Amino acid sequence: MSSSTPALVDQLKSGLDAPICLTWELTYACNLECVHCLSSSGRRDQRELSTAEARRVIDELRDLQVFYVNIGGGEPLVRRDFFEILEYSIDNHVGVKFSTNGYLLDQAKADHLATLDNVDVQLSLDGADAATNDPIRGEGSYAAVRRAIDNLGRAGFENFKISVVATRHNVSQMDAFEQLAGDHGAELRVTRLRPSGRGADVYHELRLTQPQQVDLYHWLLARPHVLTGDSFFHLSALGEPLPGLNLCGAGRVVCLIDPVGDVYACPFVIHDEFLAGNVRSPGGFRRVWTQSELFGALREPDNPGACASCGSYDACGGGCLATKFFTGLPLAGPDPDCVFGNADDALSGIDPQSVPRASQDHSKPARTKVVLTRKG
Amino acid sequence: MRGVLIAATASFETDRALRLSPQVGLRPEPFGALAYHFDSRRLVFLKSQELVELVQALSRHRTAADAVSAAPSTHSPASYIAALASLEEAGVICEQ
Repeated sequence: MSSSTPALVDQLKSGLDAPICLTWELTYACNLECVHCLSSSGRRDQRELSTAEARRVIDELRDLQVFYVNIGGGEPLVRRDFFEILEYSIDNHVGVKFSTNGYLLDQAKADHLATLDNVDVQLSLDGADAATNDPIRGEGSYAAVRRAIDNLGRAGFENFKISVVATRHNVSQMDAFEQLAGDHGAELRVTRLRPSGRGADVYHELRLTQPQQVDLYHWLLARPHVLTGDSFFHLSALGEPLPGLNLCGAGRVVCLIDPVGDVYACPFVIHDEFLAGNVRSPGGFRRVWTQSELFGALREPDNPGACASCGSYDACGGGCLATKFFTGLPLAGPDPDCVFGNADDALSGIDPQSVPRASQDHSKPARTKVVLTRKG
Repeated sequence: MRGVLIAATASFETDRALRLSPQVGLRPEPFGALAYHFDSRRLVFLKSQELVELVQALSRHRTAADAVSAAPSTHSPASYIAALASLEEAGVICEQ
C-alpha cells in the first residue's frame, strides 16, 4: 500500500510508542550453568522484583498494549510465584512465552499449562543427543528436556517450541531437531549464539564457521516455518532476506527487563553502557522506554561506519550490536560473523583484555573439589 | 518475528460481511497499527492509518466492498482489497 509516511523499517528504527515484544528475565537463579548463558545466571539476586512489583510491571505492559513478553532467566520455574505471575499476565492480555530448561516441568505443571490460553513454552535444547547437548547445558540436561517434551505431549500442549542455539557442534543436526519437533507436535526455533554473559567465554570456539553459516542460511531460507526470533538477520547479506524484520531492534522495538528491574536495550547487552533505567524509578517502565537518553540515541539513524562501502549494508544493517560490543568491535562497522569476513582483520587485532565484560555476573562460584581424607 | 505482511492473495470475495477478529489486538502506531493474533501468535503490520480505519469500520458495513467504497481515496480500491485479502489470510479479519 503506497503511503506518504516513511518506510515501515525506518519507522521501526526510530522507535515505537512501546516495544513490540520484550524480554523479561524473572530471576538470575538457575539450576543449570550453561556455558553460553547470556545472562550469566546461577545465583538469585537478593534485589529481585517481588511478586507485587512484577504485577505492577504487567499492569504497565497491559496499558502500553505490549501483546506478549518473552519470560526467561535464569530458570523462571524456580520462582515460587511463577504461575501467579504467568496467570496475572495472561489475565491482563499480556501473552507469555517462557523459556525453560525443562527440569521442573513435571506432568502436573504440563497439565496445568495445557489449560491456559495465550501461553507458549520454549524448551531449550542445544544438541540432538546427550553427547552434543550436555557439554553445553550440563550433565543430565538432555534427559531432563526430553522428559519435559514428553510431559507437554501427554498434556496435549500444542505447538510448544524446541529452542536451539546454533553452535559449531549442533548445526549439522538441524534436520534431527526438526524431526524431533515434528514428532511431538512442536515447532523448532533456532537462534544465534552471542558473546553475551558467559557466552563470551565460548563464543570463539562455538560460533559457526563461515561454511556453516552459509549452510544454515539456505536451510532456514527453505524453512520459513522455523522460528528464529529474527536473530540471523546478518545472514541476509547472502542474498534473499530471511523472513522477519531484518533489523537490530535494540531500544527500538525490543528491550530487556532484568530480574532486578533494570531495563537494557536488548536481552544480549547486559552492560552499564546499555542500561536505560529501572522499572522501580518514578514513571516506571514507560518513562524508561520513552524518555531514556540511551534509547533516544539508539533510535537515531544507523552509522554504517566501515560498512558504508559494502553493497550489502541495506540487507544486514551491519549485524548485531551486542555481538560487536562483546567482541570489542566498533559498533559502527561489521559484525564479527559478517558473511564476507569483513570483520576478520579487526577481530584478529583486538586485545582480549580490552573487551568489555557483562556488568552482572550471577554465576555460581566455581566448585572446589572436596577430597575426603582419613587421618591416621 | 513472523507474519510481516508481504503480498496479497487473489480470489478475495468482497461481497461478504467482515470484521476485525475477536482474537486480535490492534495497537495504534505512527505508521498505522500493529495487529497481534493471540491464537496464532502472528504479528502483522497495518501500514497506513487509512487501512486501520477501514479495518475498524468493516463491521459497520454490509459487505467489504461497501466499506472499501466508503474509505478515503488516499489509496486505490484495489490496494485496499489486496490489503484486506492479506489480513484475512493472516487471521486479522474474519467473516462476521
